[in-house]
Amino acid sequence: MVTGDPLHRVLTIDLSRRRFHVEERPELFAAGLGGTGVGIRLLQELCPPGADPLGPDNPIILAVGPLVGLYPLASKTVALFKSPHTGNLGEGHAGGRSAVSIRMAGYGAIVIQGASSRPVYLVIEDDRVRFRDASALWGLSSGSTVGSVIRERETGSGYRSIMRIGPAGEKRVSYACVIVDTYRHFGRLGLGAVFGSKNLKAIVVIGKRTLPTADPRGYRKVYDEIFHAATASPLMKKYHELGTPMNVLPLNELGALPTRNLKQARFEGAQEISGERLAETVLGRRLACAHCPVACIHLAALRVPHPKEPYFYKTSMVGYDYEPIYSLGSMLGISSPTGLLELMEEVESQGLDAMSTGVVLAWATEVLERGLITTKETDGIALSFGDYRGYIGATRRIVTQPNEFYRALANGAEHAASGYGGLDFALTFGGNEMPGYHTGPGAALTFLAGARHSHLDSAGYSVDQKAAAGGDTLSPDALADRLLGEERWRQVLSSLVVCFFSRGIYTPQVVTDALRPLGIELDADALKEFGRDVLARKHAFKAREGFDVTQVRIPRRILETPTPLGRIEESYLRKALKKFE
Amino acid sequence: MPEKSRGEGMAKRISVIDVERCVGCESCMFACTRRFGSGGTGDARIAVRSVGGIRRGFVVVVCRACSDPPCARVCPTAALTVREGGGVVFHPDECLGCGNCVDACPYGAVFWDDVAGKPQICVYCGICAQYCPYDVIALEEVPNGNG
Repeated sequence: MVTGDPLHRVLTIDLSRRRFHVEERPELFAAGLGGTGVGIRLLQELCPPGADPLGPDNPIILAVGPLVGLYPLASKTVALFKSPHTGNLGEGHAGGRSAVSIRMAGYGAIVIQGASSRPVYLVIEDDRVRFRDASALWGLSSGSTVGSVIRERETGSGYRSIMRIGPAGEKRVSYACVIVDTYRHFGRLGLGAVFGSKNLKAIVVIGKRTLPTADPRGYRKVYDEIFHAATASPLMKKYHELGTPMNVLPLNELGALPTRNLKQARFEGAQEISGERLAETVLGRRLACAHCPVACIHLAALRVPHPKEPYFYKTSMVGYDYEPIYSLGSMLGISSPTGLLELMEEVESQGLDAMSTGVVLAWATEVLERGLITTKETDGIALSFGDYRGYIGATRRIVTQPNEFYRALANGAEHAASGYGGLDFALTFGGNEMPGYHTGPGAALTFLAGARHSHLDSAGYSVDQKAAAGGDTLSPDALADRLLGEERWRQVLSSLVVCFFSRGIYTPQVVTDALRPLGIELDADALKEFGRDVLARKHAFKAREGFDVTQVRIPRRILETPTPLGRIEESYLRKALKKFE
Repeated sequence: MPEKSRGEGMAKRISVIDVERCVGCESCMFACTRRFGSGGTGDARIAVRSVGGIRRGFVVVVCRACSDPPCARVCPTAALTVREGGGVVFHPDECLGCGNCVDACPYGAVFWDDVAGKPQICVYCGICAQYCPYDVIALEEVPNGNG
């Protein structure tokens, strides 16, 4: 690493004692690079075995990497923590302005420990940390209002990031998210609940600085190659124009779009909620994360009449992506674009993970349909696929938790099903709700065995889609090897930290070339070995906390509903899972 | 690299031609700092800020090359002199670091180098515009009677 690069500085904040200190950890960053590679090492170091995810012992680790602030698309912060949702490894990636702000503030990682006795928010600016009273912000009905208040009150406009929780995080809903700069999230696995458990409402990070390079000429040359690939080549086109919702129609045509709690994998209303239709009718603005020329963030302008007063309207800008369209749209049978956007806005205001919320509500609808519960449990809401108003009401109740049933829903579909039945159609993997790909065994294996139980761990859906397009069908062992290889490589990308959407640009050769002007020499073999080590550390952490990949529950529903590659065989998955031991 | 015209001949400035297309990627800010081979945004003489939250879009703050620049008028040491055709030229050796120029610019386009304790002044080179992926900004001739 170049002398003078502040990447190796770790800021530790103790909320219990309201103190902070900075440590120089060059060896940590030499070994772990940054992001997830550094984060998992810090988690192993700081999270005691068996720690209560909602207790003061659970650390929050936010890490950025060597490419952040230097190259385009290196725009993500990695959060490591113990998940209150799965009781195991918690990891989230968020963009917005978070990564650049942390890097510009002069840190490679920020660690938050302990718990505050009263609500606070933190302002981190260069070498200073201020503990600000947040008791007046606690209980605000919307996460975006929290952002507005802090935005007005604090300095640093244009050079800062504001990460905050909504009511769901305060109420410790196990899949509460952290909202980053309004439209990005640490979405999955409940980081918002961990914030809530620490009485931590928000973190503001402010910074502006230059970062030295070892070879300015070489740096500019590699920069231009990457910038050109990001702006002129077709690699990023799909994210750039329609954004991730461009996936809705192809997945639906393929028969891989989970619909009505995956009773079906095709949705007759897909056209209405497709990326094409939304772009034509409601797309209102496009945004980028800091230092990303692609601008994949799509906002819909949602205009809703006032419920009582004529000639009054509320117009809001709602961020939409493929995953919430799946989880709050097709999964709930909602084809009204306005209804879908209203539900998305509610989920966003509450600060809930959109994917888990949709899957939880889909499960709740089916247990009601089957008579395992009645409207007594749902507090009078006749949950029914397609009725977005009912879902808006139920979303609020997941947070306010008026009864035992909603308290159960606030802990996820698997937890709720263990009390109310319907486990066979509770679509969770390792405790985490399903992403929007019923493409075949590859997707299922990614969900089951991926370290985060996320589709992005190893993108098995992509292997399935290639097979469906006439490519090879793999043996269980070959599929497992393919996915393990992909997940290992992604450890490299999320240590640098670059956005996974740019994986087509950041090939091993480009990564080596990009690191060299920064004084870091890592060839393709070294990168591969690095990825293997990081993933092994994650598996070790998960084993330590009680996860056994051979015992993971396979929801029956995914075996019953055919995929584009036919029915998934349980024996096939079990065989493949053995390779992950 | 996108080939766009570099400033030659007449006095040039960066014009914000279509702020509605700004996505807030900050490529311009990084490009400005990268002139010196560094990363980050610490040397940027252009800034992108949200209009009270990114849902409403962005403002681009950059020197508009006034023909009668207030920043030069308040400089006590002539460290900022008026450029022919509009805008200013910065002479760092003359600068005391009083910061009057920062206060004088109504656009906030005089940036500050905390390390050097001196202002950061646009040199109208146009590198920021070359890296704008959406043609929000462009290097153009300074119009007559500007500012």
